[in-house]
Amino acid sequence: MNPAEPNTQTAVTLSIDGREVTVPEGQTILAACTAAGVETPTICWAPNLTPVNVCRVCVVELEGSRTLVPACSRPVEAGMQISTDSERVRHSRRMVLEFLGSANDLSQASEIADWSRHYGADPARYDAPCSDDGSPGSTAGGEAGLEPERVDEPVRIQDDLYIRAYDRCVLCYKCVEACGDDAQHTFAIAVAGRGFDARIRTEYDTELPESACVYCGNCVAVCPTGALQFRTEFDLRAVGEWRPDDQTVTRTVCSYCGVGCNLELHVQDERIVKVTSPADHSVTNGHLCIKGRFGWEYVHAPAFEPPSTDTAER
Amino acid sequence: MFGFGGGTSSYEEITETDVVLLWGSNAREAHPIFFHHLLRGIDNGAAMYAVDPRRTSSAEFADVWLGLDVGTDIALANTVAREIIAQGLHNRSFIEHATTGFDDYAASVEPFTLDEGERLTGVPAEAIAEMAHAYATAPRAQILWTLGITEHHTAVENVLSLCNLALLTGHVGRWGSGLVPLRGQNNVQGGGDMGALPDRLPGFQLLSDPQVRARYESTWGCELNPIPGKHLTLMFDAMEEGELRALYVIGENPADSEANVAHARKLLEGLDLLVVQDISLTRTARMADVVLPAAAGWASSEGTVTSSERRVQRVRAAVPPQGDARDDVRIISELASHMGVQWTATSAHELWDEMRSLSPLHGGMSWERLEASGGLQWPCPHEDHPGAEFLHSWLWEPGLDGHAPAPFSTVVHRPPAEALSEQFPLRLTTGRVLDSYNTGAQSAGYSSPIRSGDAIEVSPADAAQLEIVEGDTVRVSSPRGSVDMEVHVTDRLPTGLVFTTFHFPDLVDANLLTNDAWDPRSGTAEFKAAAVRIDPLRDGASRQAVAAGGAGG
Repeated sequence: MNPAEPNTQTAVTLSIDGREVTVPEGQTILAACTAAGVETPTICWAPNLTPVNVCRVCVVELEGSRTLVPACSRPVEAGMQISTDSERVRHSRRMVLEFLGSANDLSQASEIADWSRHYGADPARYDAPCSDDGSPGSTAGGEAGLEPERVDEPVRIQDDLYIRAYDRCVLCYKCVEACGDDAQHTFAIAVAGRGFDARIRTEYDTELPESACVYCGNCVAVCPTGALQFRTEFDLRAVGEWRPDDQTVTRTVCSYCGVGCNLELHVQDERIVKVTSPADHSVTNGHLCIKGRFGWEYVHAPAFEPPSTDTAER
Repeated sequence: MFGFGGGTSSYEEITETDVVLLWGSNAREAHPIFFHHLLRGIDNGAAMYAVDPRRTSSAEFADVWLGLDVGTDIALANTVAREIIAQGLHNRSFIEHATTGFDDYAASVEPFTLDEGERLTGVPAEAIAEMAHAYATAPRAQILWTLGITEHHTAVENVLSLCNLALLTGHVGRWGSGLVPLRGQNNVQGGGDMGALPDRLPGFQLLSDPQVRARYESTWGCELNPIPGKHLTLMFDAMEEGELRALYVIGENPADSEANVAHARKLLEGLDLLVVQDISLTRTARMADVVLPAAAGWASSEGTVTSSERRVQRVRAAVPPQGDARDDVRIISELASHMGVQWTATSAHELWDEMRSLSPLHGGMSWERLEASGGLQWPCPHEDHPGAEFLHSWLWEPGLDGHAPAPFSTVVHRPPAEALSEQFPLRLTTGRVLDSYNTGAQSAGYSSPIRSGDAIEVSPADAAQLEIVEGDTVRVSSPRGSVDMEVHVTDRLPTGLVFTTFHFPDLVDANLLTNDAWDPRSGTAEFKAAAVRIDPLRDGASRQAVAAGGAGG
């Protein structure tokens, strides 16, 4: 922080679920909830990205406001009366989670699954066809055309570094933000299409290696559903060997340039299986480049055999 | 600079600066996460001027790209200075307060008018003037550089020419203003800090100072040789003289990385004894009499490394070393033991405590503080000290806080050591790309979808003139050797300049071409400027790489 500029932040006091909370001006309701020990579900929010306000799962009830407000991006104001656990909030959060679960494969979204259990969200009730009056879950059978629709996309495996499984994608925009002006400034991906057909796409939907992607993997690191997944994780999952509970996470410093990026090495069976960076570290803010994210394989090269691509003859 | 070998500023400062001169640095690819901080600065309104012979991916984010001719950095800096002085934009009170030698300096840059600057550097006079005015009038401004400044036979003078600009405008010693050499290796800063320089002990303390030596001698219980050792380039000279007969190489691959590498290989081959300690069987290791397999320090050892913002951070063991590989400290300690010395401090923690008892810069960095924090920036003299975000605030203190004033340096523009000629009419410069690193000992191990291999990049005009197209194989020759390479035509290069990387020496032995003329003050070779010729290869000719003397690569 600039030592020449004194801290001029003033404190703001508001009420969350009937309790007084005081936080610095400019913070969000989400930060105030965290400070008050109130847990809030989020999907599109991340500590190292600008909120885009699309998932609506963090909504809270604000006295005097006609609509529910997104906690992740609404700044606190003095005297706000916030309810985070009213029936209206719980109902809204449950519906959001059910709609996402009804259209997407969320089997690898463990946080979303935990919140779905918490709020009793049951996406399966949309699996049955709708009744004539449009209410879900009727077993009476419905008319053709009212079948529930799910996002149907094949897994895209186009290189050795990460895969894209858009049937898991809930369009939270985090990958777009991390690729764009929140971090990498490469702008290789955006949301293309409208409505139910909206998808994350490279330019002209070109294959990843031919796109503008520079493989920093920052999109993968922020994906909350496993729609973007490191190849190591994908391959281990495919053979039933992805075991997060057996993994250790060790913090160290990248072996390449002199910037000093902190790496978290996720190790399973004495092998690195994933590399992340702490979102709260001042050097990386959680973001890495292709070398730091993926350039670790030499650590596991058989001792004193040169890496294979280094010895190819032409 | 000004006594310490370290950048003056923290990364955070660049997010709050007003003007950035990115000089001889493609940080977008070579320091990508630092570039994130720089981009935040640009998003916050900073103007960036990119000084580079190539229109790099970093330059794409600049307000103005100044595409100077290779090796004319001093001429450009002097022209900027002359314009600042001529327009009265220099910081007179700061110059008076904190510097010496201004009059001589001003006289030395006087001939560098904008027109003369344009003639010498190839940069339009208007662009030079715009950068000079923006830099001089900015509330805060930083100059960043990397190897485009230091891999020249005028390396030290190039750096001094940039330091002059900071002294001229007062853009140093303050939050948001500074001089920042971005470090190319994860611990090149820490190596220098720890005394891996021929004339220094840890914390940049001078070996020649008897008081400093006495403290080390009393801790180490032995007498220290007061005569400075040799830096890498002088070692090769000593090999040539036959004076240096045995070499112990740790984590360096000079048989691939040296300029005029055929010559370096010959000298390495002629040694009586070559010992190499490394994580893989590099070309240098393959030439060695003894190879000591080392663990990858960052993933299999405990210790610290120091970054470009002087931040000391812990590395930790996450995976066991492969095969017979051992931790560097253990290898060196056991060698010492075989030589009859039993060191008592052998863990990273013990060694750190011993070092910080001797280096005032690191005195306050306890192991516990390093563990608990996200790293500490030197100087950190005592345990209540938070570490220094930026250096040289004394320049603004009354009486300079007891320091001697900072001297301006008169620097003379000298073109690259190797002039272009009829036989070698093209300028070759080398550099790094995003997904690869140095001689590939680490980066060749993973499968990058954006890897292009080492091609020779050629401007469209030169390609047309040579009648070559994308994908052709050509023979690139310098006075030192020839290398066959694939052509990549790119409009990022001006006419007359060609470029290649050096990441795949077993495929493309680019350093057969580079010039080993070096700066006697820094010991750095002029990797950035060789004279070459390109000859199209006829169909069916087989690819090869040869040194001028005939030794194969």
